Amino acid sequence: MSRRDRRTAAAARGRLLPEGRLAGPMPWIIAVMMFLTVLAAAAGLGLGTVVRSIGADLAGRATVQVVEADAQTRAALTKRAVATLRRMPTVLDVAPVDPETLTDQLRPWLGEDAASGDLPIPALIDVTLTPGAPVDATMARLRTVLDALSPDIRLEPHATFLAPLARLLSVLGWLAGGLVLLMTLATAAVVVLAARGAHDGHRGTIEVLHLMGATDVQIARLFQRRIALDALLGCALGFALAVMIVLTLGARLEATGSELIAAIALRWQDWALLSALPLSGVVLAAIAARRTVLGALERAL
Amino acid sequence: MSAIVQFENVGLRYGLDSETLCDVSFSLHGGGFYFLTGASGAGKTSLLKLLYLAQRPSRGVIRLFGEDVVTLPRGRLPGFRRRIGVVFQDFRLVPHLTAYDNIALPLRLAGMAEGEIDAPVVEMLQWVGLGDRGDARPATLSGGEQQRVAIARAVIGRPEILVADEPTGNVDADMARRLMTLFEALNRLGTTIVVATHDLPLIAQVQGAQMMRLDKGRLADPTGALRYPPRAPGVTP
Repeated sequence: MSRRDRRTAAAARGRLLPEGRLAGPMPWIIAVMMFLTVLAAAAGLGLGTVVRSIGADLAGRATVQVVEADAQTRAALTKRAVATLRRMPTVLDVAPVDPETLTDQLRPWLGEDAASGDLPIPALIDVTLTPGAPVDATMARLRTVLDALSPDIRLEPHATFLAPLARLLSVLGWLAGGLVLLMTLATAAVVVLAARGAHDGHRGTIEVLHLMGATDVQIARLFQRRIALDALLGCALGFALAVMIVLTLGARLEATGSELIAAIALRWQDWALLSALPLSGVVLAAIAARRTVLGALERAL
Repeated sequence: MSAIVQFENVGLRYGLDSETLCDVSFSLHGGGFYFLTGASGAGKTSLLKLLYLAQRPSRGVIRLFGEDVVTLPRGRLPGFRRRIGVVFQDFRLVPHLTAYDNIALPLRLAGMAEGEIDAPVVEMLQWVGLGDRGDARPATLSGGEQQRVAIARAVIGRPEILVADEPTGNVDADMARRLMTLFEALNRLGTTIVVATHDLPLIAQVQGAQMMRLDKGRLADPTGALRYPPRAPGVTP
């Protein structure tokens, strides 16, 4: 069969059901579903990026606080702690926080007293572990070493105070995944209802086709093709709108200047996954329509 | 000639009603021309439905082309249906398709290439006198025109059996005669023709045809011996 013949045959097959859309508002409902699905998926993927970022950035970092009240002793302890930490092979970087920087940061709360030297402001040392080093074991080892130097030296792993936030973001990410799943099921249900309605609406034509020797698969293909086209329309529309929203939100998040909020970003893999959603929606609709119509046809002779 | 259709003690009941067809037994031979008569409500359409596989009987055995179709799996029915052409009493044209596409339907369902469809469809349209109405949809055709499209659709696939339910009910005498001529021509080519009709003069036109008469769901001659012309209107079971 030539390509032209195949096109003509396809057009002729298409005409077996009435022109136009089969199931009324189905494309619009699918558009809404796809819009919400893409937004939920984007939120889940974006939050996943943040959770991964928090995990990667903070799991191997800690702050050492030297809480000695006497400024000279504090400075001596800080120097010894830095030297000790730099000798440890599992520590990549040791960066004492400049006391003046610290004073500047406290000034909005403490006023000029922060710079007077009368207030015992702890010295801080930022510590970054060597990538790949066992975090928990290394932190425990650091704590032991620093305790041996002085009980006034405290270790605060960043993961400890950011863990609840990471857990919350992770839960939100999973919630978004759950929403995507629910939305997928709802879309399939809409298609099933639409296919049943279309089947009932064309019962007379189906009966004639059957009596002329059409197989169930031939008839199901007609509905499958038409519903897939409706779904394609809805999915494309919903996806396009959702992408516009996601891009706009992305720009707004970046504009906040917050490192944490700006980390809610989508990688190219995430965009690839999002792009697969409308295609999956069309395939899902076609499969649901085919199975529904085949099921309904099997109840007839 | 071998029996192409065999009914043995066939009964058909719709729901809990009494039997519409009761103990119907007969054989039709390949290449025969058969009329089915009977009063309205006698069960002609029900019998034809069993014949063109729109219905399964409540009891009894039906053999088509040598196979028991009562127990035939659903998946094999389309193959049998493609060997049977049907002219429905209410035409059952697909309303959104043109006359051309309605007639082409059996060929397309059989998987014929589009390039091979045009010539026979155009020929058939011309044969039923609708050469210039190919693009018309059924709603714009008269009853007689719709019936001719239905007939063209039934015969275009050269079925082995042609079943027609009151095919001349909506056409004038001249068209009725032409249709019978078409049926006879098909019959000469080997198609077994079964026509349900009230029209006794029409039956008289067809030489060599045999007749079955249904009376209240029973075949009037219980022996299943088919004859033309009917021996007497009052044949009783």
